[in-house]
Amino acid sequence: MASMVYDEYGRPFIVLKDQQSKNRVKGVEATKSNILAARSISKLLRTSLGPKGMDKLMVSPDGDVTITNDGATIMTQMEIHHQVAKLMVELSSSQDDEIGDGTTGVVVLAGALLEQAEVLLNKGVHPVRIASGFETAAEVAIKHLEVIADRVEFSRDNLEPLLTTAKTTLSSKILQSHRDEMAQVAVQAVMNVADLDRNDVNFDMIRMEGKTGGSLKDTALVNGLVLDKEFSHPQMPTEITDAKICILTCPLEPPKPKTKHKLQITSVEAYEELYAQEQDYFRAMIQKIKDSGANLVICQWGFDDEANHLLLQQGLPAVRWVGGVEIEHIAIATGARIVARVEELSEDKLGTVGKVKQISLGTNSSRQQDRILVLEDCKNQKAVTVLVRGGNKMIVDEAKRSLHDAMCVVRNLVIDNRVVYGGGSAEVSCSLAVKKFADTVSGVDQYAIRAFGDALDDIPMALAENAGLSPIEEVAAIKSRQVKENNPRVGLGLNHIDLDAKLDLNGKRFDHSTDMKTLGVFETLIGKQQQLQLAAQVVKMILKIDDVISQGNYQ
Amino acid sequence: MESAYMSMGTEMEKGENARLSSLIGAMAIADLVKTTLGPKGMDKILQSVDPNDQSISVTNDGATILSKIPLDNAAAKVLVDMSKVQDNEVGDGTTSVAVLCGELLREAEQLLLQQRIHPQTICAGWRLATKEAKAALEICASDDITREDLVKIASTTLSSKLVHAEKKHFAELCVAAVERLKGSGNLDHVQIIKLPGGSMRDSYLEDGFLLEKSIGVGQPKRLENCKILLANTSMDTDKIKIYGSRVQVDSLNKVAEIETAEKLKMKKKVDKILAHGCNVFINRQLIYNYPESLFAQNNVTAIEHADFDGIERLAAVTGGEVVSTFDNPDKVTLGECDLLEEILIGESKILRLGGCKSGAACSIVLRGSSNHLLDEAERSLHDALCILMATLKHPRRIYGGGCTEVAMAHAIDKAAQETPGKQAIAMASFAKALLQLPMIVADNGGYDAAELVTQLRAAHAAGKNNYGLNMTNGTIGSMDELGVMESYRSKLQVLTSAAEAAEMILRVDDIIKSAPRRREEMM
Repeated sequence: MASMVYDEYGRPFIVLKDQQSKNRVKGVEATKSNILAARSISKLLRTSLGPKGMDKLMVSPDGDVTITNDGATIMTQMEIHHQVAKLMVELSSSQDDEIGDGTTGVVVLAGALLEQAEVLLNKGVHPVRIASGFETAAEVAIKHLEVIADRVEFSRDNLEPLLTTAKTTLSSKILQSHRDEMAQVAVQAVMNVADLDRNDVNFDMIRMEGKTGGSLKDTALVNGLVLDKEFSHPQMPTEITDAKICILTCPLEPPKPKTKHKLQITSVEAYEELYAQEQDYFRAMIQKIKDSGANLVICQWGFDDEANHLLLQQGLPAVRWVGGVEIEHIAIATGARIVARVEELSEDKLGTVGKVKQISLGTNSSRQQDRILVLEDCKNQKAVTVLVRGGNKMIVDEAKRSLHDAMCVVRNLVIDNRVVYGGGSAEVSCSLAVKKFADTVSGVDQYAIRAFGDALDDIPMALAENAGLSPIEEVAAIKSRQVKENNPRVGLGLNHIDLDAKLDLNGKRFDHSTDMKTLGVFETLIGKQQQLQLAAQVVKMILKIDDVISQGNYQ
Repeated sequence: MESAYMSMGTEMEKGENARLSSLIGAMAIADLVKTTLGPKGMDKILQSVDPNDQSISVTNDGATILSKIPLDNAAAKVLVDMSKVQDNEVGDGTTSVAVLCGELLREAEQLLLQQRIHPQTICAGWRLATKEAKAALEICASDDITREDLVKIASTTLSSKLVHAEKKHFAELCVAAVERLKGSGNLDHVQIIKLPGGSMRDSYLEDGFLLEKSIGVGQPKRLENCKILLANTSMDTDKIKIYGSRVQVDSLNKVAEIETAEKLKMKKKVDKILAHGCNVFINRQLIYNYPESLFAQNNVTAIEHADFDGIERLAAVTGGEVVSTFDNPDKVTLGECDLLEEILIGESKILRLGGCKSGAACSIVLRGSSNHLLDEAERSLHDALCILMATLKHPRRIYGGGCTEVAMAHAIDKAAQETPGKQAIAMASFAKALLQLPMIVADNGGYDAAELVTQLRAAHAAGKNNYGLNMTNGTIGSMDELGVMESYRSKLQVLTSAAEAAEMILRVDDIIKSAPRRREEMM
């Protein structure tokens, strides 16, 4: 290794210590090995792209099974340790945070870009030139997206466009068979909390609760909150109307001061006094709650048996051990103030709920988790909960993830109603535009820009591949139609194969290129733009690395 | 190449390999439990791997078997989870659901390997098939449920269990128990008491309510017109709960004083309890000797350590309230019953509460020659009770004995013939998988399965749509006459969860297995 450097007197000194225990890769080698790692990640995700994509089954270190085709979930659960591969993971999760959908697409695109970059590297193009070319190309593509973007008009009375978008997102997931109902749930949930005037959606108001059992079809939107809890005493009423809620974050137990202290009992009187005080303590506490006018107590902590019984006797249904996040949601939804000390409780700090009821699910009602509390008609009408049901735990988890994606997409539409058409049509159109632009650029950049265009073609290719079609034929068909008809909306129509099986009846080779507008398959403009931007950025970053020094394994 | 970027010890299976490994896992699970299916199904002995606990259980309940096998195959875990959910949702059909899912995947394997059909196409076909099957099931179902039907449903469930020989007796027993619940739907309120000895026939539904506790020493063993106070309070020394308090004294006298104070406090508590005017006091927690003797002095029967469920059931059965503070006697509702007595069943003393105010809970006494037998009988009864509850909630019934499976397969086959494209092949495979269920049932009975099932298919094609397998003499016959009925809800759940899980497993093309977390060794 050439980590030895000579100073001005010709004496050698070591730049890098302990070379033997460190791994070091330099120059083009480093770039290539990084590209390899990143590409193998994207190859893995490639098969999950699109409506015909496959799922991945992951076993966690504890033996739990997750089945998903959500890119971000796969990546985060894969336990990747390669440094550059980790960049890809972050790429996917930043797309997830920003947009919520297209997490697989962005990784596949980055992989395709890197593949093209490798070809250029082999031709001897300098990585930085490739990077700058990609950057220019990405800008062109993003601008082009704006040109071909369409606006989707919708209002509260006309939710059809939103439904179609949600359906597109869901079509790649396991929920496919119930996507109509699911899309309805997702759209309703978002519309309930959306502020159309400000184009804003507050996701905090949407909760997702998963319960195994029933079927996916039983998934429903509850106008209010669902708590995975039950009343603290089995004889409390299971249904309350016009509930006034008080939310406590202190336990209904004798006080436990945080400072360490000892209470010495030295005489009988002291003993009795203490006993009386303790009894009073409970009575006072419950009385305070009663006086405030509350008729439902939600508490973050536990109750003492005696306190519990006093609550029952006073006709105060109560719920204990409610988690912090749920407490906040209840507070937002009901307009209640979270009270940390019973003494501070007063009437104006109570929240109101139209109806609270406890519902038992399934047969094993002895198990606590099979009872849920439903809080309906909250003061703040906007709070909603999606109760997800399904045949087993994995399905419920996957359904939750998919619904989240769908809601994100709907939210993005509410924020910005510009869309581009799906099925790879936008990518092909961008690819054409980028290549056209490439011809106007002189120098090495031209190659890089053209390569970017080629990489864009990879998305429809992957879609076609996953559907078992011939990728080159399909993409060529789309391209020629886009140019011929000057219609950037032509893409790969896959869903209608399911919907109308009669189309390819006569055994003829069926051309799958279709105007995506007629199929109603579209994605949000910001989502697509974000994909291009993020992928280009990460690729640039990877290309610019020319030296990787990593700590060797500990001996 | 994968190892280059994955963490140490991570395994990955791809494409065909991944699919095959999950298919094989799922099929292995199905094969494991399929011999237990049907009235002539066999049982399994399960032995714990724990060297300290070599206890065994004998069962043919799918969920019990599956939940006790340690598994390493991811797809198999999906099946086990599904079976558990089935158990929680409807309580019965836990074996059927695993077997159906396994059979579906077996068919899928054929399609994948021999016909090279894309998994997504198979899924699409299955979705169409499930829709058809549901529609067919809907047609099979009938809405009017009489008490007789309930008995029939219960006996169908029980017929595959150990209590087979006494199924009429047990079916009647289960229906009576469920009727006692008066639609509250809380199965916690059916208590099953297992007492070894006697024969299965001696099992019965108690008129009153039983509590596996004994009466305190020196207290009356038989009481009439009981007023029962149910409590959840500590009756030892009633510790002061204020944190950090402790007694410090400087002389022996003081110790004695404090002790008297403590006793006095207990006495006060007992007095308060007595002020309620009860003559029976049942506590969830311990009762120490001192308060017990106080109760005895006042002619109050005190019973300690009724567990949590017990107290809740008592509350339900006597109409009383579970009390933890005793300052307001007028606000407390006491439980009532006409008679409290200690009775002997076999060799065990048991408390019997007769003539309860609201009989919303009940006890079933199970007798049998061994503990294993009793455990299995309890599981069987639980299944039957669950299925009855489910039927009461969704009062629909269908015919059993493979009748609906054949009807569904028939409907799917018909629809498949009208469907163009490769999906039709997948649909046919779905129908085939459904037909496997009656096949296995017949096989387990030692009958000529292929012959019987084809006869059955012919009967259904001829419009005899209530025909199913007659497992007593190995023929086919009208299920209506034989009285073999099942719950619609359970069958629907089997169908949908099996289809959902099979689709889920089939859609997987990569398995990524993280290295098992290393447990810290206890040194």
